[in-house]
Amino acid sequence: MGRTLYDKLWDSHLVEEREDGSALIYIDRHLVHEVTSPQAFEGLRLAGRNPWRLASTLAVPDHNVPTEKEERAGGVAGIQDPISRLQVETLDENCDAFGIDEIPINDRRQGIVHVVGPEQGATLPGMTVVCGDSHTSTHGALGALAHGIGTSEVEHVLATQCLVQQKMKNMRVRVDGRLAPGVTAKDLALAIIGEIGTAGGTGYAIEFAGEAVEGLTMEGRMTLCNMSIEAGARMGMIAVDDVTIDYVRGRPMAPKGELWDQAVAAWRDLHSDADAVFDREIVLDAASIAPQVTWGTSPEMVAPVTAHIPDPESMEAGTRRDATTRALHYMGLQGGAAISSIPVDRVFIGSCTNSRIEDLREAAAVMRGRHVAQTVKQALVVPGSGEVKAQAEAEGLHQVFIDAGMEWREPGCSMCLAMNADKLGKGEHCASTSNRNFEGRQGFGGRTHLVSPAMAAAAAAAGHFVDVRTLEPVQEGQA
Amino acid sequence: MRAFTVHQGLVAPMDRANVDTDLIIPKQFLKSIKRSGFGPNAFDELRYLDEGQPGMDNAVRPLNPEFPLNFARYQGASILLARENFGCGSSREHAPWALEDYGFRAIIAPSFADIFYNNCFKNGVLPVVLPAEQVDGLFAAMYAQEGYELKVDLQNQQVVLPGGEALPFDVDSYRRQCLLEGLDDIGVTLKSGDAIRRYEAATAARSPWLFPEVSP
Ligand code: SF4
Repeated sequence: MGRTLYDKLWDSHLVEEREDGSALIYIDRHLVHEVTSPQAFEGLRLAGRNPWRLASTLAVPDHNVPTEKEERAGGVAGIQDPISRLQVETLDENCDAFGIDEIPINDRRQGIVHVVGPEQGATLPGMTVVCGDSHTSTHGALGALAHGIGTSEVEHVLATQCLVQQKMKNMRVRVDGRLAPGVTAKDLALAIIGEIGTAGGTGYAIEFAGEAVEGLTMEGRMTLCNMSIEAGARMGMIAVDDVTIDYVRGRPMAPKGELWDQAVAAWRDLHSDADAVFDREIVLDAASIAPQVTWGTSPEMVAPVTAHIPDPESMEAGTRRDATTRALHYMGLQGGAAISSIPVDRVFIGSCTNSRIEDLREAAAVMRGRHVAQTVKQALVVPGSGEVKAQAEAEGLHQVFIDAGMEWREPGCSMCLAMNADKLGKGEHCASTSNRNFEGRQGFGGRTHLVSPAMAAAAAAAGHFVDVRTLEPVQEGQA
Repeated sequence: MRAFTVHQGLVAPMDRANVDTDLIIPKQFLKSIKRSGFGPNAFDELRYLDEGQPGMDNAVRPLNPEFPLNFARYQGASILLARENFGCGSSREHAPWALEDYGFRAIIAPSFADIFYNNCFKNGVLPVVLPAEQVDGLFAAMYAQEGYELKVDLQNQQVVLPGGEALPFDVDSYRRQCLLEGLDDIGVTLKSGDAIRRYEAATAARSPWLFPEVSP
């Protein structure tokens, strides 16, 4: 019987199988950030242990770094919140003390760990990649086995280069046909979560496949795999093809010369065999997917922008109805209202889901010649890394945003989880390109609506959600 | 790690589906570089009426009178009864740290998110999966009777009701063993050090680009 991509990645990293059904899996790349690592380093110290293999580990601060230009200019010492500063300092000190490579705060390569890994070639096809962060699933877009871990496991990987794992079941999500113009990888991710639910992937490794997935760029594939965890799956992955290999070629940490050729030859096998069997398969029709907007407090509470908010009154009594009622109460919304009637107070374009160059190009294409609506208090554009920022500036995208009345920031997680100064006020609605609309995620009492970068830009211009496909072209010179 | 064999204690409800780790411990508390002290901020946004910040004196903050964990009858609870997909979202281990620090030793739910489930075992908190109908039954029994206690028995893999009825549950044997014995699982893995080195040598020969530090 043929093997799935996940089976192949699992088999090639098996150090030891144990009688009790667990297995020791080797970890090729360990990415580290400041929030989930301090207790792991402390654990190493207390036990008198050293990292097993320094070359596998790469650290970068991202969650706590300020994105405001002036505060950022001061480096670590300039971080105003003393607790955030201590966390970034602690990462620097731990990396120094243990000899771990770190990309520090104002290095041009710094950024959100899941943007930086692939961008630097630290993530390669066929690798096992872990990080103390659930969105590590992002890296599966390169045909890697990548998932988030807790802090105890961060310590475990530092000390042993391995993890004790139970094998997941295989699920394939196949998306036939092509996405319509104006519909992006983000809409696809949200539509899949709407279909299978936030626990639909629990216990599975998901492989995304089909014409619509093959048609995505590497950035789009990362957006899709990034949100696997929002469907309950620790890992999402996509087979290696020319798009993958072209993306990796020439990256700073990618193999060169003869090693490159050898690697590419091996990577060509990183796909599920034709006769591989999946425990579960979901099939979606790409053409039927419209731009999506979440209306509730869980990513599965999502609807096409053309639709209406579900009405709990018309639901059967039970947990679903209770959850809908509670979510609408928190969101300050009425069941049955049109999605397009939801007003937007703030806009956030960024996060490891949508802060890559292509995302910024999509948003800029909508904003060019438009202006942020007067009712919108703030619109932030936060590039995912210093490299993305430099590229966007070289293309003049930053000027489009600034001219439109948006703020162009320094790279970091920013308002995705509001650990730094960027956050929502109580009751404010935000059109956000991030990945979680949980209560309080973007600030105490804040109300998050997840959308694509193009939809966030359209909402910024309109002051409420609008179908980006219906925007009239802007009349202007040659731009 | 603290071992877990049998635990009997008061049961408290978290009666909603998809409780995410942001709800269990909001991000502002993740700035701590310690492993302990998260208990007073477990479920912070539900538990208090004001916005919690690190360093606040939680004892003087206004409590939300509608949140069950604040009810007199649930004080001292050590078993949390929850709904499906408990612990979804962020991988933060601060979530089980907060629950453990609050005083919970076991969580019973119809399903858990994968990363959270795994993190619990590393911290001496036992997540127990029971069928949804049984969980419904436990909720009803708990609401009906003040002081409702359960016994969670990991050795025999069962939840024992006050009347003596036992509900069996599954748990994989590696995790069960680590928890029963309170094992340091890094120490266990390091016993396989030779196998890890053999794997590395074989992989470096077969896929040298994965070991740039040893390839010429
Ligand atoms: S951007 Fe958001 S989701 Fe991504 S790593 Fe940062 S905080 Fe986590």
